[in-house]
Amino acid sequence: MIRDVEVLVIGGGPAGLCAAKAAADSGAHVLLLERDDTPGGQLVKQTHKFFGSERQFAGTRGFQIGEMLVDEINAHENIELMTDATVLGMYEDGIVTVLKDEKHLKLRPVKTIIATGAAEKFLTFPNNDLPGIYGAGAVQTLMNVGGVKPADKVVMVGAGNIGLIVSYQMLQAGVEVECVVEALPNIGGFLVHASKLRRAGVPILTRWTVKEAYGNGKLEGVILCQLDDKWQQIPGTEKDVPCDTLCLAVGLTPLAELAWQAGARCEYIRELSGHVPICDENLMTTVEGLYCAGDVSGIEEASSAMVEGRLAGYAVAVALGYDVENAQKEVDAAKAELVELRSGPMGGKIRAGIAKVEQKRGEA
Amino acid sequence: MRIEKHPILQFDRGEKVTFLFNGQEMEGYTHETIAAALHAAGVRELGHSQNLDRPRGLFCAIGNCSSCFMTVDGEPNVRVCVTKLKQGMVVEEQHGKGVVKG
Ligand SMILES: Cc1cc2nc3c(=O)[nH]c(=O)nc-3n(C[C@H](O)[C@H](O)[C@H](O)COP(=O)(O)OP(=O)(O)OC[C@H]3O[C@@H](n4cnc5c(N)ncnc54)[C@H](O)[C@@H]3O)c2cc1C
Ligand code: FES
Repeated sequence: MIRDVEVLVIGGGPAGLCAAKAAADSGAHVLLLERDDTPGGQLVKQTHKFFGSERQFAGTRGFQIGEMLVDEINAHENIELMTDATVLGMYEDGIVTVLKDEKHLKLRPVKTIIATGAAEKFLTFPNNDLPGIYGAGAVQTLMNVGGVKPADKVVMVGAGNIGLIVSYQMLQAGVEVECVVEALPNIGGFLVHASKLRRAGVPILTRWTVKEAYGNGKLEGVILCQLDDKWQQIPGTEKDVPCDTLCLAVGLTPLAELAWQAGARCEYIRELSGHVPICDENLMTTVEGLYCAGDVSGIEEASSAMVEGRLAGYAVAVALGYDVENAQKEVDAAKAELVELRSGPMGGKIRAGIAKVEQKRGEA
Repeated sequence: MRIEKHPILQFDRGEKVTFLFNGQEMEGYTHETIAAALHAAGVRELGHSQNLDRPRGLFCAIGNCSSCFMTVDGEPNVRVCVTKLKQGMVVEEQHGKGVVKG
């Protein structure tokens, strides 16, 4: 049996939650699908106070922002939230298939918003498949959701915000953080996070990388080495660091497979960290009625993911004819908010990425 | 090891249960995934790569990467990082592709 759905939102992270609420507030009926048993996306694991502006709850801990958004969704009579529900496929005839409790469901949505977030990137070096080499997100899931100590002694790779924040969270969980290794000549993340680590005595080694990992059946240590200006390993600088865990925080890449499957045009855009769907200013892909919001259309932050969610949700409401005047106002407000969020020096990369998307769209 | 004292978080682990890992009895909790319970008991090697039989552990812990395949209650290729523990579960390290029972 095929179930008809008015607005389908895929992914219950900040983008999906805000998209569902915006469409439902305007009067549309929304089905929100989340593959995990708890909605909230990346927010579920974030114990630190968020940066950003007040409208995006800066100063509140990430998981608490998630709980606030989920409470609003649960209280909303126009939204059905389905957890443990993974979208498997999107077909050219518009049918969406879902795995829910070992059952295969078929949906026929009028409008769809994809908000599936991102996957972690990997790094190549010998023995990078040893048990004990984990993504930063996995470490966070183990310790902040599972309540399990993720490591005794860890080496972190990556001094962007995620690497710095997860290192600090590991200290809070009683893990010995040996060092943070960063291939770039400088620290990418905010200095507040870096100085917290430095105060705790954790060295941040810039221009260093992982030469190889070793261990019998599981990780026992890593060989680190220095890099020269041309990113080549400098012989003779090797350092043997015994550890049971190596944590990789080397970036995320958009999880855009579903948009791809549905036939939306996708392009590789370096500044957005991978292959992304080419969307218009209302976040609609090249497939009529199919929208993308959040990290799936380019890696950014929870703050912008929430605003993109709102933008897509209200744009869908306008397209469906719900509360059009107000919804259009909200669409315009969200666009202005995004411009503001991306205006600082930290927004340079994302601005360059969006400019490329616009250019590609023009090429058709 | 489980985190007993955390400056920010409290953990609701659910009920204590026992399960079998490679025939050996172990303890865990119903709100934990199989991977979390095994990790807490010091088990990091979960399976083996299909062709070269190299040891594999978890990588993403959210069901994205398929690095954590194990055989659970006779069913192969179960992603144990997103499968919750149940009383009496039989969890086994997997070699090769696994055979789906008819
Ligand atoms: C350590 C760390 C610290 C951070 N700190 C900050 C910060 O201080 N400030 C800030 O603004 N941002 C921060 N961020 C970034 C922020 O968390 C992300 O940018 C944001 O969560 C992206 O939101 P999203 O909704 O696009 O994706 P996600 O939060 O990743 O949510 C996507 C959701 O979709 C679900 N999903 C995926 N595929 C499917 C499918 N096929 N079917 C059903 N559901 C699916 C996933 O399970 C997930 O719940 C941080 C990130 C990390 C990792
Ligand atoms: S660790 Fe990636 S799917 Fe389980």
